[in-house]
Amino acid sequence: MKIREISQLLDAKLYTGEEMLDREVHNGFSCDLMSDVLAYAENEAVLLTGLVNPQVIRTAEMMDIVCLVFVRGKEPTEAMIKLAEERSIVIMSTDKRMFTSCGILHDAGLKSGDE
Amino acid sequence: MEPMILEYTVSADDFSGAGEASGDVKKTLKSLGFPPEVIRRVSVAMYEAEINMVIHARGGKITVEISPDEIRVCCEDVGPGIPDIDLAMQEGWSTASDKVRGLGFGAGMGLPNIKKYTDYLDIKTVVGQGTTLTMSVAV
Ligand SMILES: Nc1ncnc2c1ncn2[C@@H]1O[C@H](COP(=O)(O)OP(=O)(O)O)[C@@H](O)[C@H]1O
Ligand SMILES: [Mg+2]
Repeated sequence: MKIREISQLLDAKLYTGEEMLDREVHNGFSCDLMSDVLAYAENEAVLLTGLVNPQVIRTAEMMDIVCLVFVRGKEPTEAMIKLAEERSIVIMSTDKRMFTSCGILHDAGLKSGDE
Repeated sequence: MEPMILEYTVSADDFSGAGEASGDVKKTLKSLGFPPEVIRRVSVAMYEAEINMVIHARGGKITVEISPDEIRVCCEDVGPGIPDIDLAMQEGWSTASDKVRGLGFGAGMGLPNIKKYTDYLDIKTVVGQGTTLTMSVAV
């Protein structure tokens, strides 16, 4: 699916990456533990998380994750937005909870890398 | 051909800066045209080591040697050292504080991850003096 569809399905607010909305992504991962993202994410291009700090952006950078979704209405800081812009990473925030967000995206065809 | 050498100082004062060195190495490897899988392995392993220097060892120094057939990363710190390396290598073993855990790290997956993503790993450590971790990834 396109990143644009993710933002529409989750009714999300976009912070960075307007120009990347037409990019196709296939796999997602959800986790609050960056150590687990580094250990277990495979080819997931989308990360849903409730954790908000600059290391989330850096973890995404190392794992080639191109789209970050903050759940439960969490908002990125200015510093995070700058880091993400420099690395061409899309950041969006949804008011929906983690489980709901994952369910919506999975139903719409976004899969886990191990499926 | 002489390897390309990159040197970084890792500061422990600013957690948000942890990963700056690994990000720079990732960018450099990309611009040199290394395969994406090699770049991913080097940058994740180095990032874990960089985070460890910040959360466990008050920062340190990282030297990266880039050759066409191998990327070698050496992380040196003068932190507290690791009393039991076998234990530290176990998945899930961590002495990280609750504060560090709240930031998304300290799940005890760092060293096992480094082992998983590299072809060579050597840890020299002296309690009270510091730790030197050398790793390499073959291209
Ligand atoms: N550079 C270091 N200096 C001192 N201790 C370290 C260092 N790196 C790792 N350790 C020790 O090894 C343990 C396991 O490390 P790691 O697998 O990265 O897990 P975590 O960082 O999540 O605790 C750490 O909790 C810490 O006790
Ligand atoms: Mg660690």
